[in-house]
Amino acid sequence: MEYYFSLLVRSIFIDNIALSMFLGMCTFIALSKKIDAAIGLGIAVIVVQTITVPVNNIIYNYLLADGALSWAGLENVDLSFLVFLCFIGVIASIVQILEMVLDKYVPALYNALGVFLPLITVNCAILGGSLLMQERGYNLAESVVFGFGSGTSWALAIVVLAGIREKLKYSDIPEGLQGLGIVFITVGLISLGFMSFGGIDL
Amino acid sequence: MSKTKDTLLDPLFNNNPIALQILGICSALAVTSSMKVSFVMCIALTTVAAFSNLFVSLIRNQIPSSIRIIVQMTIIASLVIVVDQILKAVAYDISKQLSVFVGLIITNCIIMGRAEAFAMKNPPLPSLLDGLGNGLGYSLILMVVAFFRELFGSGTIWGVVILPSTTNGGWYVANGMMLMPPSAFFIIGLLIWGLRSWKRSQIEKAEYKLSPNAKPSEVS
Repeated sequence: MEYYFSLLVRSIFIDNIALSMFLGMCTFIALSKKIDAAIGLGIAVIVVQTITVPVNNIIYNYLLADGALSWAGLENVDLSFLVFLCFIGVIASIVQILEMVLDKYVPALYNALGVFLPLITVNCAILGGSLLMQERGYNLAESVVFGFGSGTSWALAIVVLAGIREKLKYSDIPEGLQGLGIVFITVGLISLGFMSFGGIDL
Repeated sequence: MSKTKDTLLDPLFNNNPIALQILGICSALAVTSSMKVSFVMCIALTTVAAFSNLFVSLIRNQIPSSIRIIVQMTIIASLVIVVDQILKAVAYDISKQLSVFVGLIITNCIIMGRAEAFAMKNPPLPSLLDGLGNGLGYSLILMVVAFFRELFGSGTIWGVVILPSTTNGGWYVANGMMLMPPSAFFIIGLLIWGLRSWKRSQIEKAEYKLSPNAKPSEVS
């Protein structure tokens, strides 16, 4: 139990997927102008990440990894070169299914998250989460924790940035640094702050 | 002829994918701590960008618009698989250092963005050039960032010692901060500042302007 807790804290704070792994930066920068939008997108990422990482874990371990097809009598088949194609397919279809299910059963949530869901397919934080899971060799339970943790870390980072950017628009910024430039500097400073979690060892 | 040249060269400065279009930033930040690794990343990305644009453009009239994203994704993912397998065979060490970022070329917004915005509407040859140009624009920023990070972070350029560091008996105290994540953000931020001071049309309008204080006596 302690191990999973430590994995969770690690993936939220120390290995923050946005600020120390640089994943999902495009949407991170482009959609952090308003806190409301940032919260919506953050929740959508948490949900999708928590579902896709374990599903990809199952697919990888039972279909793609070296010797994974032994349950079907195919001992020497190594399909691991197909991971990219499979993972992105799984992510795209899960996002699509989630969109349809939410539209049918939870229209309120769909209205809040609807516009963000298609964006998530091309968010590298999601694909990156699955690829990191594969690279680090997590098992199913670990991948559930890691999926939830990394989604939360991304959501946390984007909400923090959106909060700062809402205040930032009233400040006097040099002309050339206006907009994109100052956002990069701000993210750098936040990232510097998050690095102080690095010393914590659980 | 000049239009062809524009398609190829515009993304370098006038319409840079990273500095102006905000595309493909993730990998620009993550792989730039050494020049060799970023160079390999640049080649990989430029290849995928050029060919995905070419192939998407070749079949653009056959793709039903409702499933175009999936079709584009499949083309891009297949190209990335090819690039990844080649990298693993030719440069195994560097491909290990790039870790997940080769795979993440699939979701790199430059590729999707250009396929969607340019290749779906234009014939194959301009699309190929557009992909190449955007790949080069990305590479330009990446190599500049990698140059500074490697030079000040470990005192080397392309692995060759320029500033002998104190750990090896030299005089330069390596700035370890440069190898850390935040410095990548700072360098790109400053680069954008520099680029926009040069090309002033790229400056974004401020949402609010501070009005000059009408009654100076109130604040003093």
